[in-house]
Amino acid sequence: MKKQSPEKRIKNFDEVALGMSEEEALQEAQRCLFCKNPKCSMNCPVEIDIPRFIQAIKDKKFGDAIQIIKEKNNLPGVCGRVCPQEDQCEGACILNAKGKPINIGALERFAADWERHDKSRLSAEAKRESCLAKAEDTKLKIAVIGSGPAGLTCAGDLAKKGYLVTVFEALHTAGGVLVYGIPEFRLPKQIVKEEVGYLKSLGVVIKKNFIVGKTVTLKEIFEEGYSAVFIGTGAGLPSFMNIPGENLNRVYSSNELLTRANLMKAYLFPDYDTPVNIGKKVAVIGGGNTAMDSARVSLRLSAEKVYIVYRRSEKEMPARKEEIENAKEEGVEFHMLTLPQKIIGDSKGFVKGMECIKMELGEADSSGRRRPIPIEGPEFIMDVDTVIVAIGQSPNPVFLKATPELDLDKWSKIVVAPETQATNVKGVYAGGDATKGDDTVIAAMGAGKRAAKAIDAYLKKV
Amino acid sequence: MFKILSNEQIAPGIFNMQLVAPLVARKAKAGQFVMIRIDEHGERIPLTIASNDAENITIVYQVVGVTTHRLTEKKNNDFLLDVVGPLGHETQIEKLGTVCCIGGGVGIAELYPVTRAYKSSGNKVIVIIGAKNKGLVIFKEELKEICDEMFITTDDGSEGEKGFVSDVMKRLIDSGRKIDLVYAVGPAIMMKIIADLTRPFDIKTMVSLNSVLVDGTGMCGSCRVEVGGETKFVCVDGPEFDAHRVNFEELMSRQSLFKEQEKHACKIRGIVY
Repeated sequence: MKKQSPEKRIKNFDEVALGMSEEEALQEAQRCLFCKNPKCSMNCPVEIDIPRFIQAIKDKKFGDAIQIIKEKNNLPGVCGRVCPQEDQCEGACILNAKGKPINIGALERFAADWERHDKSRLSAEAKRESCLAKAEDTKLKIAVIGSGPAGLTCAGDLAKKGYLVTVFEALHTAGGVLVYGIPEFRLPKQIVKEEVGYLKSLGVVIKKNFIVGKTVTLKEIFEEGYSAVFIGTGAGLPSFMNIPGENLNRVYSSNELLTRANLMKAYLFPDYDTPVNIGKKVAVIGGGNTAMDSARVSLRLSAEKVYIVYRRSEKEMPARKEEIENAKEEGVEFHMLTLPQKIIGDSKGFVKGMECIKMELGEADSSGRRRPIPIEGPEFIMDVDTVIVAIGQSPNPVFLKATPELDLDKWSKIVVAPETQATNVKGVYAGGDATKGDDTVIAAMGAGKRAAKAIDAYLKKV
Repeated sequence: MFKILSNEQIAPGIFNMQLVAPLVARKAKAGQFVMIRIDEHGERIPLTIASNDAENITIVYQVVGVTTHRLTEKKNNDFLLDVVGPLGHETQIEKLGTVCCIGGGVGIAELYPVTRAYKSSGNKVIVIIGAKNKGLVIFKEELKEICDEMFITTDDGSEGEKGFVSDVMKRLIDSGRKIDLVYAVGPAIMMKIIADLTRPFDIKTMVSLNSVLVDGTGMCGSCRVEVGGETKFVCVDGPEFDAHRVNFEELMSRQSLFKEQEKHACKIRGIVY
């Protein structure tokens, strides 16, 4: 897929990957072997009928292609861009044996973009009519808490099944991590807006500025006549390393940097009112996609040098290969096997350096990755004026504090049954970052999907 | 969209805005705040809920930058795009005996609901409020009505006694008055001085912190502050903390992070405050 050149793209927030042309999509679709037992579909967390949609593209029936995807996936424009296809559909593609797998992600994106550009929303409209008609029959109300990938997926599937779905969102924009976390250059916010629009066309109602746990409680939701609840409250408080100097000025959590840049559009300051204060030399601590996003956002703000600082080696980095490549192309420097010990401040409380030690890899730990061990030797100081901590987060505490009846694990994540996403409270289901393990957009969507199925089964029984 | 019922200047640079926000209003308790955003280009800022009835909330703001300046331009029946809340923990109100409520500057408005709550739960309430000058002493009559004793200080002596709220606090302590709780809200430096005054006497002191917030819902970590050697988040762990455990130097330093940007944004818009 074509991309903006690195020199050009580090000066803007426009999308980096430019998508496939019709010609390229047709060529790619022709390479598909249309397996009888498609491994790609089996490895798709939302079970898209991949060969069938690729066939439709091959036949130039692009409208059919997007409808086939939407049977299972409510957010195709999002997934086509941010799914780790290499670990899922594309990773399972039989053509890997011969060389290159089908670029399924790009084809999915092509179909989604084709529909957006052509505004051929007729089929969606038809769907809406039938959903509303079904909703008239069942009249059962379902509340979804949080409008991130898990919540939106659950909401869309339940609307398609004929329920009256209301999504409660704490922030001022729907989309959760898709709008506050993932940068514009990887996932344009207009796409999220339009995919949320599609869910609205299915009859889903979204109430923004609404914090369940504060504005209303879970108990009150049931009192208001909702029959079931899905909790997709997502990530919360950022984790820090608990080293000296982490509260100095210009130490940010990745959540804060990305929220300022993405949700609040600080890159357009002062035209937009939210500022961000980034220096010239930025260290980003962590090895996940969020770390890559933070590094690339920093480059596009005002940083001249950006370093990824990770305690293991590149091989153990959880980030997608594609994102690591993108960051390298843009000039991000990788400092592997490096562990920060202390952030050093100047007299005004701003970062002026970071003390680190070197690590080496030992035996594999419980996660299967080799454990980093400090090397005896001198500490060294990295010359940086900004530090972004991208080492993860705990679940959002607001809802959980107000809802003590829910069983949590030792990481404060909601305990759910794996097949159904059911919590210990009757009629209450959960998924995404509020639970354990659903740490990608698509995994969260898979959870939303399982929950929708289970909620439907539960309501049919009662 | 949230309708503005009124937006009145109550002192130079200090405004009282009444908003229709029934979902927030029916739940709001003393000590809690809302996050507001004016429009698509706006930033999210926290404002303490000064009062509420069944339908409406009142917020009091001082013009300190672009957003608060833009708020002053709103007329009756205009709208704010976003209001969300009530956020943060409510003030823990108990019957303790004598409670000393201290407010500085625009913090006096935030002091009002807390004072009222302490009084109505049976405490004897001493109010100490301070401002730069007479014109900036807000909520004087309202507070007078609900407290047992009241002291006013101004920097220039134009109302009450010349000096600071801490001077009165010190005098009360020195005179041996039994005080069971001090509650202080205002500029960080004022809260720090009060904390330093009460610490040697082991008088329990609570402060409502005003750090920089972005989402305000426990997600971004912008508002972190060291309390008792641990990092706490003002938006979800606070906004009230034990003053004797707060690292005020760090709080004040973190409040200065965006000063340059704020100055620049004001300059290009020709905003003077």
